[in-house]
Amino acid sequence: MAPIVLLVNGTERRVEAASDESLLSVLRDRLQMTGTKYGCGEGQCGACTVLIDGRPVRSCLTLASQVAGRKITTIEGLEHDGKLHPVQEAFLHEEAFQCGYCTSGMIMSTVGFLASTPKPTEDEIKRHMDGNICRCGTYPRIVQAVARAAEMARKE
Amino acid sequence: MKRSGRNSTPSMQLSLRVNGEAREWTIAPGDLLLDVLRREGYYGVKRGCETGECGACTILLDGKPVNSCMIFAAQAEDREITTVEGVAHGDQLHPVQQSLVDHGGVQCGFCTPGIVLSSKAYLEEHPNASEDEIRTALSGHLCRCTGYSKPVEAVLAAEHAATRKPSHAAHSHDIVGHNEPKVDAVKFVTGRPAFTDDIHIPGMLYGKILPSPHAHARIRSIDVSKARALPGVHAVLTYKDVPRVPHTTAGQAWPEPSPYDTYLLDSKVRFVGDRVAAVAAESREIAEEALRRIQVEYEVLPPVLDMEHASDPGVPVIHDEKDSTGIHDARHNVASVIHKQIGDVEQGFRDSDLIFENEYRTPRQHHCSLEPHITITWLDEDKRLVIRTSTQIPFHVRRQVGMILQIPVQRIHVIKPRIGGGFGGKQEMLLEDICGALTLATNRPVKMEYTRHEEFFMARSRHAQVLRVKMGFRKDGTILANHMSVLASTGAYGSHSSTVQGNTGSKVLPLYRAPHLKFDCDIVYTNTPVSGAFRGYGCPQGFFAQESLIDEVAEKLRLDPIELRLKNLIRQGDTDELSAQLGEGRKGLPRLIRSCGMDECLARGAAAIGWKQKRSARRDKKSPFQHGIGVACSMQGSSIAGIDWGSATVTLNEDGSYRVHTGCADVGAGADTVLSQIAAETLGVTLDKITLLSGDTDYTPFDVGAYASSTTIISGGAVKKAAEKARASFLEVAAPLMKVPVEKLTCRNNLVIDLDDERHTMPIAEVARHATYKAKVQIIESASHFITDSPPPFCATFAEVEVDTETGKVRVLHLVNAVDCGVALNPNLAEGQVEGAAAQGIGYALHENMQLDENGRMLNANFLDYKILSSKDMPKLTTILVPTEEPLGPYGAKSIGEIAINNPGPAIANAIYHAIGIRFRQLPIRSEDVLRAIHERESAAQPNFAEVSKSL
Repeated sequence: MAPIVLLVNGTERRVEAASDESLLSVLRDRLQMTGTKYGCGEGQCGACTVLIDGRPVRSCLTLASQVAGRKITTIEGLEHDGKLHPVQEAFLHEEAFQCGYCTSGMIMSTVGFLASTPKPTEDEIKRHMDGNICRCGTYPRIVQAVARAAEMARKE
Repeated sequence: MKRSGRNSTPSMQLSLRVNGEAREWTIAPGDLLLDVLRREGYYGVKRGCETGECGACTILLDGKPVNSCMIFAAQAEDREITTVEGVAHGDQLHPVQQSLVDHGGVQCGFCTPGIVLSSKAYLEEHPNASEDEIRTALSGHLCRCTGYSKPVEAVLAAEHAATRKPSHAAHSHDIVGHNEPKVDAVKFVTGRPAFTDDIHIPGMLYGKILPSPHAHARIRSIDVSKARALPGVHAVLTYKDVPRVPHTTAGQAWPEPSPYDTYLLDSKVRFVGDRVAAVAAESREIAEEALRRIQVEYEVLPPVLDMEHASDPGVPVIHDEKDSTGIHDARHNVASVIHKQIGDVEQGFRDSDLIFENEYRTPRQHHCSLEPHITITWLDEDKRLVIRTSTQIPFHVRRQVGMILQIPVQRIHVIKPRIGGGFGGKQEMLLEDICGALTLATNRPVKMEYTRHEEFFMARSRHAQVLRVKMGFRKDGTILANHMSVLASTGAYGSHSSTVQGNTGSKVLPLYRAPHLKFDCDIVYTNTPVSGAFRGYGCPQGFFAQESLIDEVAEKLRLDPIELRLKNLIRQGDTDELSAQLGEGRKGLPRLIRSCGMDECLARGAAAIGWKQKRSARRDKKSPFQHGIGVACSMQGSSIAGIDWGSATVTLNEDGSYRVHTGCADVGAGADTVLSQIAAETLGVTLDKITLLSGDTDYTPFDVGAYASSTTIISGGAVKKAAEKARASFLEVAAPLMKVPVEKLTCRNNLVIDLDDERHTMPIAEVARHATYKAKVQIIESASHFITDSPPPFCATFAEVEVDTETGKVRVLHLVNAVDCGVALNPNLAEGQVEGAAAQGIGYALHENMQLDENGRMLNANFLDYKILSSKDMPKLTTILVPTEEPLGPYGAKSIGEIAINNPGPAIANAIYHAIGIRFRQLPIRSEDVLRAIHERESAAQPNFAEVSKSL
């Protein structure tokens, strides 16, 4: 166990963690930030997606010690002053979820994706979101939500 | 208690063994063992006072009981600790635990873990301990519920491996009327996390109130910038930051009869302890430091402390704000007035042969529930405000917090876990609003609790009263007129002001038949701690005055005190019309007495105390120890007629068990058990087939809450109705299966029985499975219940005392309570209510009093200086349940929770008079008062009885 300092959603968090502990486990079990979900533990489902320096990564395959000092954004960090992030608004508008379990990862992937690709085509959306699995099958609505979020961002 | 200066940085390793397992914890040098154990999840270790006075935090350290609040965790290095969680072996309870369950030695359960551990340790070293030795061994444990009889009995039985206490008598019912163990007892004796504080929510902040140091002051300026700047502080709220909504903290049905004179935070403070500001911080230490950094400039106003001068000309006005409503006369500090009359007392006095009049005084008494007020609030995943709180009134709290914080009731979820004693003190919305405000300000879970010190003056207390009673009699002792005039102090706010005092009239005067009754009362504001609801609710004051005067009159008329009472007592078939005048802040309803066992209470009580022999016994006048016996009578109510109501839902499970949902709030007295018994009896199943879920505003239907002796008759009535409907629906499903007409079927002992052929049965479980998977029907029924009357229980109390005339010490030797509570649905629990009330009543009679200094500051806000009885202080208690059948109650029941607190005061005062011939008309009757009176008598003649002859 060693102390590490994580910069989560703009706040420095000191945690004691094992050297081989995943970021997912540190977020959920040590920082009680349970918005980030465990789906498979091997990087195949995308439920645990968070942003590191703005880019989507699978927190289950990322060691916490690897990302010490880097900018980590989780689903809890999107809302500001009671106002939802445009991607969250878009998912709500399109009702792009059923059980809601994959939603955190979907939204984080979208936020990261739109930052680098502000005007995605439908095909680009589908290709990018391919790493996030939804077993409820809300994919068409997710695609619409991502497109809507992109449009909203352009209007702002 | 302040914890400033304690080193609170976790910096050292602690190795110890807890319940047989090695533990390594990182602690701060200043951490108390209590705090560390609770932090590590040993929630069975309770926080009752943190000053080593109550014993709730007891653990065994190398086998010896110690208060874990009095030692540092670091002192436990390499030691062996046993907490209550380590006493049972798996599901096998320790004999002490089992015995406490079986003998009803548990009520609210908050002091229980400590009692379990001390008893276990003591019995291991003293296997043949006597009752007296056990009482001594347990005397470090304060219990405010039980009066200690049943815990001591349980420990004695554990020692002798005695079996379970049998039920009272043969019963026509299978489950009601029997001594079923409390349904929640096992979790108490094993210390499972059941109370408000027994959870940890990640990210939880600690909230704290800055109490006013002045009894009366205006806040000229308040600077919180230094507090807000302190790292770890998340919110600091003053009156500038919160909505200003006049309200009452009294937990009463809407529209509340109490004035709306209280604010979440205000620019004026009205008693020492009033809220000035509130903070939420990462830890208790940081919160306390933040409070110290708040700079307040007060304009100190002269305080109004003496209720007898609260309305004098020129006295400062306590409620000079414009927006309060419902205050009778704010300019003269009058919260409320009552003037009600039946007949014409002046005519009654003119018709009387003899008139007697005297004045009596009663003190402020504090509830001292072992669990202080505590609330945890958070926002759930839908951002609804969740309030987990130690309350008697979950649904009223929801409404009140909604109003104060201006959020819809729908957005609030109140959870009542197990409650460590209420006694009326938790019929009050006290921390829930400010805690909720801090959660809304921070978006974080917040915990707020009163320390024991704060609890004494920042929570509520019994109204102090000055009572003048005037009674007119015929020569033969028949009462013609009874006039009671009361002055009461409600403290700084008018919570329960008109209703407690209304009860002083409506429950007390009608005990004796008289054609002319009058009740006058002024309730005034003072800059003192706020009064509120407290078990008895105005009756202990009224009965002290009335029952003392009756005793004085009996002597004048040369009548036996019992005889004079019997001549005048209310009877079955009588109607109490005064209650129609004195409703809950509005017009009430008359009370028809449908059941009354008072004669038998007096007869059996007198026999138990040895009245005849002891009243006429010759005394040794030379002995410094003088003995005396006294009697008092009282009645109470069962619910507030026409106002209290409750509801219940009964749902069949597929395995033949039932879920019962009720909004009622068990605060330790045993409501969940009694309601489960009612459900099981009505549904024809055994008690273990009932899962009762109560007191949660999201998951259970409405109930006004646990107060006014209403639970059994109102919530129990609702459960019985719902269960009757569920049983009828169930039999509709069973009838075709058994091929028997529905009217020929009944349910009993988990079986459906054919009444024509009792060997023809079918398990309820089989019908339930059929209903669930074949018939596809959910057996679920709901019912609401209220009554338009309030059947009174009756109680006769006999006290035997010994007065040490050289020191003034009064020792109660024996207290007999004979109570008519209708049919006692669980006699063991009913006795427990009487015994616990007796302990509180004896304290009220002899020493409990909140003392204030000349600035309105409480002088004795701790368990050392405000003494409540310990196991060693208790007299012999005899409790007699006199059965009657109340037509309005479920299975014939009336109430039992409050009544027995009314009589110890007057019965003991009357016994002291019998012992030494000195009449005390003020409670508490302290040793110093007795000694002073004895000295005064020796130096002068005793002041004459205030008798007004007919000719005047």
